[in-house]
Formats: sequence, structure tokens, C-alpha cells
Amino acid sequence: MARKQASVSYEVIKGLWDENPVLRSLLGLCPTLAVTNSAINGLAMGLATTFVLITSSIIISSVRNIIPNQVRISSFIVVIAAFVTVADRFLAAFYPLISKDLGPYVPLIVVNCIILGRQEAFSAKNSVFRSLLDSSGMSLGFILVLLALGMVREILGSGTLFGITVLGDWFDPWMMMILPPGAFLGLGIFIALANWLNARRAKA
Amino acid sequence: MSTTTKMILVLTTLTMISGGLLSYWDGFTRPKIEAYRLQELKKAIKEVLPPNDSYDEIKGKDMTLYVGKKSGEPKPVGIAFEAVGNGFQGKVAIMVGVTPDFSHINAIKILEQIETPGLGTKIVDDPTNKQDRSWFSNQFKNLSVEPQIEVVKNMKPSKPNEIQAITGATISSRSVAKILTDQVNVAKSIYQSKGQ
Repeated sequence: MARKQASVSYEVIKGLWDENPVLRSLLGLCPTLAVTNSAINGLAMGLATTFVLITSSIIISSVRNIIPNQVRISSFIVVIAAFVTVADRFLAAFYPLISKDLGPYVPLIVVNCIILGRQEAFSAKNSVFRSLLDSSGMSLGFILVLLALGMVREILGSGTLFGITVLGDWFDPWMMMILPPGAFLGLGIFIALANWLNARRAKA
Repeated sequence: MSTTTKMILVLTTLTMISGGLLSYWDGFTRPKIEAYRLQELKKAIKEVLPPNDSYDEIKGKDMTLYVGKKSGEPKPVGIAFEAVGNGFQGKVAIMVGVTPDFSHINAIKILEQIETPGLGTKIVDDPTNKQDRSWFSNQFKNLSVEPQIEVVKNMKPSKPNEIQAITGATISSRSVAKILTDQVNVAKSIYQSKGQ
């Protein structure tokens, strides 16, 4: 293996900051921008993606040695699509309101580049155990960004948090924050902050 | 084993397992999804019709009519149906309740819409109107649809078939009026052609 074996804890932690899928790798931006108009939507999207990422990583890494190189991408997609459909039906059956809010973005997890990216870059080359750690860390990093962005946008755009009013009548909701421009602004500021913190840390 | 055989074997096995898993999962979730859809439909019908005990379904070509009845009374109390048409940006679906003679709307409930947030979405919920956030939908209560629903701007409606447009969302307002006028006529012809 060309890659230096990282410590077990680092496989999880790297997803939170050093290799955070959204803030550092800029992957999975479509769901990040599209569904973070409220905290609960961001969280639901994060959890659905987590389910797909972790289950796919376990399956792919356990069969990694029997998948011929030529059909590996097709195989990944089949496995990912199956789990996405499971997640989509689950939400529609048990959380119909969230399912309605997320709309087409749940089926679109199939083409989330974080998931395919982790299979290709990690699960296809590492043990089941390490893939589980890696996908858990990546998922956690993804959830945290989506939740944070969803919370900021919901507070500024609707004056609520998880549907509960937190800012009183004096606050005139900044409607733009729950519209697409708010997503771009919010994410841009998040990434700028992450870069600034990293630059400071590198200097120190 | 040659690579080609292996490729076919691996992909076939993977897709077969996935297919099996999904068909099992579908059997498990479908009844729940269906039950929710039916529950939402019943709730919407109840909201747009006067108090009723049951409803009969009349299936038309593109539309199903729900004829609300009170037990012991032969005449229907009202007729509900789903009116679908184009809004400003996309499909708008509205559950409409009308009087049995199709002359007046009893009430409406917007089921689906993708209008501009903050402007067109006021057809469902207007947070700037503190007294009545659903004032737009409420205007349709007991509204006459003959000869058609008219939309007026910046003034109070004076005729029985007039509604006031939402400021900044005239097209959305007009779309709702047009969808209702058109679809009430479609529903009427279905109802009459079924010999009732």
C-alpha cells in the first residue's frame, strides 16, 4: 500500500476538519447549498447521506477484492443507488413532511460526489474496519457543516431554530438567507473562515 | 476465470442482490406511504367541503371528484376535486370544494406549489399579514365562479366573483384564479356527463 497507514483515531478525525468533505475538499456542494434552508432539513439530509455513505463503504470495502477494476464504478453506483432508494422510501414512509421538504435531493444523493469519492479513494483500497472509520468521520464532518449552515440560515432567514421562534417580533426575517443567495453567502463565509483558521494554524 | 466472465458475474450478482433488497423494502414501506397519501387527501377534502359524513368518488378522465354526503340526505353537500395547473414557475395543485351546482367555491387548500419564496408563496402563507396569514386562500370562501374569477389589484374586491391580488405576486394570484375557473368547468362537465 502506497498510502502511509494513519492511526485509527485519525481516520475518524480527519473527516471533521483536515479533510472535511465540504469545507476542505469542496465536495457535496449541491445538497449543502440546496437543502440547508432550515436546521432540520440540513440535519435530515446529513443523516440520510450518512446512512448511504457508511453502508456503501462497508459493502464496497468487503467485496473490494472480487470487483474487477473495469466495472468498479458501475458496481459502486449499483450499491449506492440501492441504499439511496432505501433511505428515500424510509423517509417517505416515516417522515413524510421532511421527505416533502427535501424533495428530489434525497434521490440525488446517488450522485453526491462525497459518497462515490470515498468509495474510489478509500473503501476500494482499505479494510472494512478502516472504511467504517473513514466514512463515519466524513459523514460527521458533512452533518456538522449542513447543520451549522442550516442553523445560521434559519435563524437569520426565519427567526426560528428547529421551527421554534428564537428571535422576537422586533426581528424582521432576512428572507434572502433562506433563498439560494443566502446559501452561497453562508457557505462562502464558512469556507473563508475555515481557510483563515487553517492559514493561521499553519503560521503558528 | 476470464475478466469478462468475472465482470458479468460480479455485476449480475450485485444488481440481483440490490433488486431483491429493494423489492423487500418496497413491500414494507409502500403501505405506509400510501396510507399517508390517503390520510392527507381525506384531510384536504374535509377542509374544503362543508361538514359531511362520507364521500363518493367519481373517476373522470383526468380528475377524480369527491362528492361529500351527509348521512340521511340524498343531496350532496358539496363536491371536492384536485385542480392542477401552471403557476408562475411550475405546477400548482389545489384541492377545491364547490357547491353541488358548481356556481360557488366553498373553500380551497393549496396542496403543492413552487412559487417564488416570499412573494408567490403568499398564496399559501403570508407572514406579513399578522391577522390572517392565509388571507389569500380565505378570499375564495363562498366566491362565485360565474362567469369567471376576476383578480383586482390594490383595492378591495367589490363583486362576488372578485379576489384581491397579492402585491408583488400578481401572476401567481392570477394563475390560481385561472386554474380554479378552468378546472371548475372541467369538473362540472365530468359531473354532468356521469348523469348526476
